[in-house]
Amino acid sequence: MLTVLFDGIAYGMVLFILACGLAVTLGLMNLVNLAHGAFAMAGGYAAAIMVNRWGVPFLAALPLAFLFAALLGLVLERLLYAHVYARPHLDQVLFSIGLVFMAVALVDYTQGSQQQFIQLPAFLRLRFQIAGVSVGAYRLLIIAVCAAVALSLQLILSYTRFGSRLRAAVDDPRVARGLGINVSLIFAVTFAVGSGLAGLGGALGAEILGLDPTFPLKFMIYFLIVVTVGGTASIGGAFLASLVLGIADVAGKYYIPAFGAFAIYAVMIGVLIWRPQGLFGRVATR
Amino acid sequence: MSDAAATAARAAAQLDRLSRWHPAEYVFWALAAASLLVFPSRYLLISDIALTGLFALSLDLVLGYAGILTLGHGAFFGLGAYVAGIAATHGLRDPLLGMALACAAAALLGAATSLLVLRGSDLTRLMVTLGVAAVLLEVANRLPALTGGADGLQGMDVGPVLGLLPFDLAGRTAAVYSLATLFAVFLIVRRIVHSPFGWSLRAVRANPLRAASIGIAVDARLSVAYTIGAAIAGIAGALLAQTTQFVSLDGLAFHRSADVLLVLVIGGVGWLYGGLIGAVLFKLMQDQLATITPQYWEFWIGLVLVALVLIGRERLAAWPRALWRRVAGRQPA
Amino acid sequence: MTAIVALETVGLCRSFGALRAASDVSLRLMPGARHALIGPNGAGKTTLINLLTGVLRPSAGRVMLQGADVTALRPDERARRGLVRTFQINQLFPEMTPLETVGLAVSHRLGGDRQAWRRLGGRPDVVEEAAAILERFRLDDVMDRRVGALPYGRQRLLEVALAIACAPRVLLLDEPAAGVPESERDDILAAVDALPSDVAVLLIEHDMDLVFRFARRISVLVGGALLTEGTPDEIAADPRVREVYLGEAAHG
Repeated sequence: MLTVLFDGIAYGMVLFILACGLAVTLGLMNLVNLAHGAFAMAGGYAAAIMVNRWGVPFLAALPLAFLFAALLGLVLERLLYAHVYARPHLDQVLFSIGLVFMAVALVDYTQGSQQQFIQLPAFLRLRFQIAGVSVGAYRLLIIAVCAAVALSLQLILSYTRFGSRLRAAVDDPRVARGLGINVSLIFAVTFAVGSGLAGLGGALGAEILGLDPTFPLKFMIYFLIVVTVGGTASIGGAFLASLVLGIADVAGKYYIPAFGAFAIYAVMIGVLIWRPQGLFGRVATR
Repeated sequence: MSDAAATAARAAAQLDRLSRWHPAEYVFWALAAASLLVFPSRYLLISDIALTGLFALSLDLVLGYAGILTLGHGAFFGLGAYVAGIAATHGLRDPLLGMALACAAAALLGAATSLLVLRGSDLTRLMVTLGVAAVLLEVANRLPALTGGADGLQGMDVGPVLGLLPFDLAGRTAAVYSLATLFAVFLIVRRIVHSPFGWSLRAVRANPLRAASIGIAVDARLSVAYTIGAAIAGIAGALLAQTTQFVSLDGLAFHRSADVLLVLVIGGVGWLYGGLIGAVLFKLMQDQLATITPQYWEFWIGLVLVALVLIGRERLAAWPRALWRRVAGRQPA
Repeated sequence: MTAIVALETVGLCRSFGALRAASDVSLRLMPGARHALIGPNGAGKTTLINLLTGVLRPSAGRVMLQGADVTALRPDERARRGLVRTFQINQLFPEMTPLETVGLAVSHRLGGDRQAWRRLGGRPDVVEEAAAILERFRLDDVMDRRVGALPYGRQRLLEVALAIACAPRVLLLDEPAAGVPESERDDILAAVDALPSDVAVLLIEHDMDLVFRFARRISVLVGGALLTEGTPDEIAADPRVREVYLGEAAHG
């Protein structure tokens, strides 16, 4: 029972890392970016290639995967996304679905359609017994990294000047510009960090989630649920939503395998009926 | 004639013009009928275009007129296909009966899920529509006894249309059947969008706050529009099942919903013919590109979507309308 | 004349967190009332309108429309019962024409929900009434233009015309003349004057000139609560009202 809970927490943590960037770009910047999963996939494949082909240590590959996805995000933001911030949601949906399709086809073409596995170092394959619960080192690492990321994100957004500038830029870009805030730089950096975190999540979670070219499509609904259910008031909302989702998904698949896949949709519908604006605060509307 | 009477007469004429048939519309449908005679070797493509156009037309009602952003419209298409397909494997051979069942099932699902769709913002709608489609795909996958699972539904036995026209290998019946269905449903939809109901949808999309304050029950309107859209998508799905005699999980896959969005936006959202013109362009493009790189067809769809948005939907979608104007000699409503 | 009160609020309250935007507001409009609601900025006029029309739910109190409790009804249900409003900031359908806009409202009211099969404009009575309303607001010359492309003053007139197309029993006018040139103000007032004499009108307005030309009774709202109510002469002579407005002027 506790093992399931533990696995669920680890799974939820990965979802959080994957989706937290989207919580900011979609929740705060009101950009419907359905291609968020493509950055996660990019990070995952980058890590797989580095570890499996070039022999980069797994722990070193994680920050590199972050950097790779962040850089990709930065380039695409400057080249493409910057043009669609002010567009209607329909345009953003079409645009980002287009990117997803291209990413899926490109990865399929260059890497093949089979599932990728990242070779974990031996010490991550260890298992411990803590208070009778079987705990894998790999999942412990995931939980540790994700907790650190969540905490620092919350601190950065709440207490730093960057955080307050981002909030100002989101609230009213024109006023923010008038105050001398470089809005497009802030958006670009935010987008890049969000994409980088997705990349980190993709690398870290490849083992749990499964990495293949359809990754961005498979997890699109998960990301949307995290953002919608969590609301956009705080990082904390997305964090709790990720945990609920992760635990529901793992527990559902474990206890009622025949209908386990529906657990997350049950959560989604339940929350929508109970709290249409998300569990934690209001969803940004246009 | 008094002033008031003159104004009323002008008003009546102006409102008349909104729903009058333009010459270009006659040309369009004449060309559609003529395609049957001119391209006898492409019956299957014609049928495919017609049912895709019908699917896009149903999305236009939901997205273009009611303004509901959906990523799961394929759910109703797929459900319609399965219902018609399962009916045909269980001895219900009459295609119109199968189509009616498909339409009813899709309408039921649409009505039920519309309650969820009404809640919240664009974002919630994306999530819910995506979720409903994903659940349906999962259900179809888990019930192989009924749906054939991943292998697809086989052994359909579809009887002749109206007891007269048996489906043939060349697809002649399929093409006629699909086109006739498209035309019939188009007439209904055209009627709907020019009715006060249709105008109330435009009002709700433009400004729900004001629509409510002139007495329009916003949620009920959206719910009805979503349900009608779902029912029509179900009909389109039934056409696919009956004309190809095969249904697979592919009918429910995400790319169905995404493709139909693309089809609609190519031709332009919110003017009825957008989906039909989009279907022609999309299917012709698919026909060409798929022969070059069949497995990477999705890449080209993605590229078109990205380009479409970056260049500007309005600018690109302006050209079918511009052509329309040239043919018609005036602006379509 | 019937003795049933057109619109009545009983102890209407609404708070946002610690802010009491409406506290114990009891207001009463008889049929045919020409009532104005005035008050300094932030007095809670917008909140009160939202409570009356059902956009907001009150934390306590009731709204009665022609003797019936409508507190639990949605905005569209109240509108169909004759409680109609205009908006301080234009809320129109920019892609539609004035004729389509007014025609929709008239046809919706006359036909209810049972006309999915008729086309808009298929009924002569709808067309005639829509044309008459457009003419009354001198919008007939632009009735085939896009609303979004009309000059501001014309849109403002349409804002009121659209409300009148709903055949109100109680009409709430939220600063109808804001930003409207002097010449067109008279059109608005004239159209309101031309309403059937048993329609109750509540005017929310900043422009005192307009208020005193229009109203037979005036209520003053301050800090979410009713300060006083009386005839224009009584209000003009009331030192408390003067203080509220002078005080505001001194600060602003």
